[in-house]
Amino acid sequence: MSETPILECRRLGIDFGGLTAVDEFDLTVGRREIAGLIGPNGAGKTTVFNLLTKVYKPTRGTIMLDGVDTHGMTTVQVNRAGIARTFQNIRLFNNLTVEDNVKLGQHNHINYGLWSGLFRLPSYWREEKAAHERALDLLSIFDMQDMADAKAGSLPYGAQRRLEIVRALATEPKILLLDEPAAGMNPSETAELMENIRKIRDTFSIAVLLIEHDMKLVMGICENITVVNFGKIIAKGTAEQIQNDPVVIEAYLGKKEA
Amino acid sequence: MKLLTNKTTRSNTITYAVVVISFVLLQLWSGAGMSSSLKGMLVPICAYVVMALSLNLTVGVLGELSLGHAGFMSVGAFTGTTAAMALAQSIPSDGLRLAIAMVVGALFAAIAGFLIGIPVLRLRGDYLAIVTLAFGEIIKSIFTNLYVGFDGGLRVSLLSNQTGIADNDLIIRGPMGIGGITKISTFVAGFVLIMLTLIVIFNLVNSRSGRAIMALRDNRIAAESVGIPVTKYKMMAFVISAALAGAAGTLFGLNYSTVVANKFDFNTSILILVFVVLGGQGRMLGSIIAAAALTILPEVLREFADYRMLVYAIVLILVMIFTNNPTIKGFFTRLFSKKQEGGANQ
Repeated sequence: MSETPILECRRLGIDFGGLTAVDEFDLTVGRREIAGLIGPNGAGKTTVFNLLTKVYKPTRGTIMLDGVDTHGMTTVQVNRAGIARTFQNIRLFNNLTVEDNVKLGQHNHINYGLWSGLFRLPSYWREEKAAHERALDLLSIFDMQDMADAKAGSLPYGAQRRLEIVRALATEPKILLLDEPAAGMNPSETAELMENIRKIRDTFSIAVLLIEHDMKLVMGICENITVVNFGKIIAKGTAEQIQNDPVVIEAYLGKKEA
Repeated sequence: MKLLTNKTTRSNTITYAVVVISFVLLQLWSGAGMSSSLKGMLVPICAYVVMALSLNLTVGVLGELSLGHAGFMSVGAFTGTTAAMALAQSIPSDGLRLAIAMVVGALFAAIAGFLIGIPVLRLRGDYLAIVTLAFGEIIKSIFTNLYVGFDGGLRVSLLSNQTGIADNDLIIRGPMGIGGITKISTFVAGFVLIMLTLIVIFNLVNSRSGRAIMALRDNRIAAESVGIPVTKYKMMAFVISAALAGAAGTLFGLNYSTVVANKFDFNTSILILVFVVLGGQGRMLGSIIAAAALTILPEVLREFADYRMLVYAIVLILVMIFTNNPTIKGFFTRLFSKKQEGGANQ
C-alpha cells in the first residue's frame, strides 16, 4: 500500500449560487483499480466528473492526480496530466470520421506542427502513418476497425459510446472516467462492455472510475463503490457491503414503514 | 498508401483539376476573342474566389460566422499596394513585385487578424459575428483617414496629412485612397494564388492542426476534454483565413488604378459570405463556383438592364431553394451514391 493512489479527492465541494451540489466528497482510486460511483438521479455524480476534469472549478477541496495537485489547471491541462473521460450525453466530433475522432484523442501525442502539416514535410507523413496505425489498433479493442472511415455521427448509439471510450483512451490517460458507459445497451452488449473495461484496465494498466445505473455491471466489475446522494457520500465499500447497507437501500427505495 | 486513396483526397483532386482546367480554358479563350469586359473580370474573379475560400475556412471549417472579412481584404489591398508602389524603383520585375506585395498584404492582414482575434475569439456565435462586423468597419475608417507617403522611408500619419510630403505625392491619400496604381495583377498570378490557397486549406484540414480546428467546430467541450486548446486553434484558423484574404486584397488592389476604403465595406463582406453559404459551408469547390458565377452574373445580366439586381436576387433565392430542398438533395445523393457503387463494382 506504499504506492500513491492515482486519484485522491479531499473534501471536494462546489456551490452553484446557494445550492451545494457536491460537498465533503472524499475519494481515493488506486492504481489499476476499477471504481464505481453510483447514486440516484441528480445525486451529483456527473458534477463530480466535471469537477475532476475542471469543467467546473471546485469551490472547496483538493484533487491530487498521481501525487500532483490539479489546483488551477484547465480542462486541457488536466487531460494532459492524465485524466480522460466520456460523456453521459455522447459528445463525438460528429462530422469527422471515426478514425479522425481517435486521432484527435492522440492530438498531444502526434509530433508535428502547423508548417509540417501545411507543406507535408517528412514528419507529417511519418507521424500521420503512426497515428493511423495506432488509431486502428485502439479501434480493434472494440472490433471497430471496419468503421474507421464512417462519419462518427452516423454510427449506431452503442458504437458511439464505444468510440468515445476509444477516443478517451487515445489520450493515454492514467485514469479513465466513464459516465454511464452502458446506457442504452442491451444485456449482451453490457456483458461485452464489462469484459472490455477489464481488458482495457489490464492492457493499459490504468485506473477506471465509472458512473453507472446498471447494477449488474457495477457490482460485477467495481472493486470499490462509492454511493452519493444529494451531493454527499452516503456509503463506501465493496459490492457486497454496498448491497447490504441499509442507508443505500433507503436512498434507492425509500424508508421502510416502521 | 491508404492516406492517398480515401474520399477526401479524391474530392480535393477533383477541386484542383477543376481549377486547372478552368484556368487553361479561360486562358485559351482570352487569347481568342474574349470580350474585354469579361477579360477585365478575370482578376477580380480570382480575388473573390480566394476571399470565398478563405472565409470558408472561418465559417465552414472553424464554424464561426465572420461578417468583417472584407476588412482583411482591405488591409491586404492597402498594405500590398503601398508596398508595390514603394518598391517600384528598386524591383523592376512586375511579377516579383506582385509576389512580394502579396506576401506583405498577407502578413499585415495576418497581424490584423491576430489583433482582432484576441478579443473576438473569446466570444461565441452571434456575438462573434457582430464584433467582426464592427472591426470590419473600424478597418474601413482607419484607411479612410490614413495618409502614407514614401520618400526613401515610409511616412505615416492619421486624420490629416502631416507626413511632410505634398498631398499629390502621397501613396495613401486618406479618403481618396490610393491613386495612380500601375496594374501589375495578372490572371496567371490570380490562378497561382487560388492554387496556393487550396493547397494551404486542404493540407491544413488534413493535418493535426486542421483536425483540431474541426473538432472545435463539432464539439468544443469534447475537444477540451481530449486536450485541445481552444483559443490556439481558433486563432490559427482565423489568422490563416485573414492572411489569405490579405493576399487576395493585394491582388484585387493592384488590378485597378485606384483603391478606396469604401470598396471594402459591409456589403462586400456579406457578398463573400453569400458565396460561402451558396457554395456550401466547408465545401471548397462550391465556394469557387459560387464566387466565380456570382461575380460574372451581374455582367451576364447586363441585357436585363434595370431588372439586373432583381434577376440576381431571384437566382440567389432559386439556388438556395434547390440546394436546401430535402427531396432534391436526396435525389442527388442517391444519384451520387449509385455512381460510386457502380464505380466500386467495376
